[in-house]
Amino acid sequence: MKIQKQHKEKLNRRSFLKRAWAWLGVIAGIELAAVAFNFLSVGKRKSKHLNPALIKSAGIIESIPPGSVIPFKSGHFYLVRMDDGGFLALSLACTHLGCAISFDGSKKEFICPCHSSVFDMTGNVLKPPAPRALDTYRVFIEGGEVKIDTSKKIRRRGFSIADLVYA
Amino acid sequence: MEETTIRQKKKVRARNLILHLHPPMVPRASIRFTLTFGLGGMSAVLFILQVFTGILLRFLYSPTPNDAYDSILSVENNILFGQLVRNIHHWSGILFVIITFLHLLRTFYTGAFYWKRRWNWIIGIALMVIVIFSNFTGYLLPWDQLAYWAVTVSTSMLNYFPGIGEQLATFVRGGSDVGAPTLLIFYNFHTAILPVTLVLLMSFHFWRVRKNKGVVIPEQEKSEMVPTDPFLVSKELVTALVLIAFVLLLSIFFDAPLRERADPAFSPNPVKAPWYFMGIQELLMHFHPFFAAILIPVLFLAGIIWLPFIKFQKPHEGIWFLTQKGKKLAVTASLISFVGTLGAVLLDEYVIDFESWLSDLSPLLSNGLIPFGILLIILGGTIWLIKKRYNPDKSEMVLFIFTFLMMSYVVLSVIGIWFRGPGMVLSWP
Repeated sequence: MKIQKQHKEKLNRRSFLKRAWAWLGVIAGIELAAVAFNFLSVGKRKSKHLNPALIKSAGIIESIPPGSVIPFKSGHFYLVRMDDGGFLALSLACTHLGCAISFDGSKKEFICPCHSSVFDMTGNVLKPPAPRALDTYRVFIEGGEVKIDTSKKIRRRGFSIADLVYA
Repeated sequence: MEETTIRQKKKVRARNLILHLHPPMVPRASIRFTLTFGLGGMSAVLFILQVFTGILLRFLYSPTPNDAYDSILSVENNILFGQLVRNIHHWSGILFVIITFLHLLRTFYTGAFYWKRRWNWIIGIALMVIVIFSNFTGYLLPWDQLAYWAVTVSTSMLNYFPGIGEQLATFVRGGSDVGAPTLLIFYNFHTAILPVTLVLLMSFHFWRVRKNKGVVIPEQEKSEMVPTDPFLVSKELVTALVLIAFVLLLSIFFDAPLRERADPAFSPNPVKAPWYFMGIQELLMHFHPFFAAILIPVLFLAGIIWLPFIKFQKPHEGIWFLTQKGKKLAVTASLISFVGTLGAVLLDEYVIDFESWLSDLSPLLSNGLIPFGILLIILGGTIWLIKKRYNPDKSEMVLFIFTFLMMSYVVLSVIGIWFRGPGMVLSWP
């Protein structure tokens, strides 16, 4: 012990190698952690590539009357067509705690069964506790057909006219 | 006399593996049932029950959204005693959470959490958290409506973690919604990672008890010793058998629930988190989600981890509620907390509505900081009054606050579990 202490100041061969091993160990640890992290975030990475199965078709434009709301429960969204003809795909998941909202046709409102948040047809909050407007999916029109890209949810604070897609 | 004790000792040493857990002799005071109520041992028994039934279920369960529900149905309907095994797993899972919680209360109220026992208190809290998450990860596996939506609601709470909330929720679910990756992740945690961690920590937990010379007892009762076998072992055996019989009875008469197959497009009404998170969900009815789901639980957990590091003037080891005054304070705290929490919930439900009264402010303030601040002031006032009236020492004061908060969580849970109907409106069960 005493001898080691005397040589503590100097970096001799022994202590250099010891230190080198320690650092190699740290690097190896980081590498392993990175591999594990990469492994575990597979589900997240998938969404970067456009998976054709996640593109849903809602049929040709003319088949969807303005002022209508069509549920696509398999795609987890509602397709809304405003009175002026603009399209909007609203996620089913309430922004409060993720319950599936349902549409009340007579009031033209979305209602969450869990904590009774209410949203209007644009997805804006009419009644809290929901903290922000419903998430949307990207709508695009291809060869007269309305398509929805369900691979990625788009978060927003509230509705803006730019969210609407026109033919 | 001396010869007989030596003989007994030898006999004890020759005993099998079970006695690795115990020393050959234990203080007579430490095996009094009403000191510990055998709660730690019961937790261990429940863990063993869970392992056995869990292994059986694991042979028949398939962790994919397509097959999970059917495999549970098949266990229940096509396998001899399948329903019973699932019931035992269900009921001992629930009891596991309850008993570990009671064990934590026992450890606190008999003053067995500070000084040399402080690390075991922290390991114990880690164990308790793992037990809760074991139950929670198992909650999803049947893939019925109850499971799917409870986990959706609970994991959505993570979204409110400041800054990284959304990423955190996505990471835990393996995607933006609860789906196939979530089921696989939960299955892995439930059947591999958590039980293995539990075994490791439990070994550590037991070893620390031995290092601390057994369970906590008053200083003056430490001298009178009795042989572990048969005095302690027989009590343990009886406790274990009674517990197992109780679990069996529950499992024979009450089936584990199984609702309709999970439907991601349709939420039942109401949707409730697993029962041990219902206190938090009840808080969500009253506070901004950041306060209800993140800040308050994190502060609570940090508080009980910090408990043994408070400097207490004198020890009250091995005596329930520490002192005569402690007993009185525990009762007082329970009563005030019961009435206060109930009153606050009713008041907030029917009268107070900060969010619309202060609609100019952000909900983080109007529905978060302001009501939370008011509650802290009320709690502070109560503590001040108690200090004036009872003049408690530090450990008695800590006992008061701890009891107050625990009672409050129990009241919130009871309201959430039984008194919230469709639309989460207050109603009779």
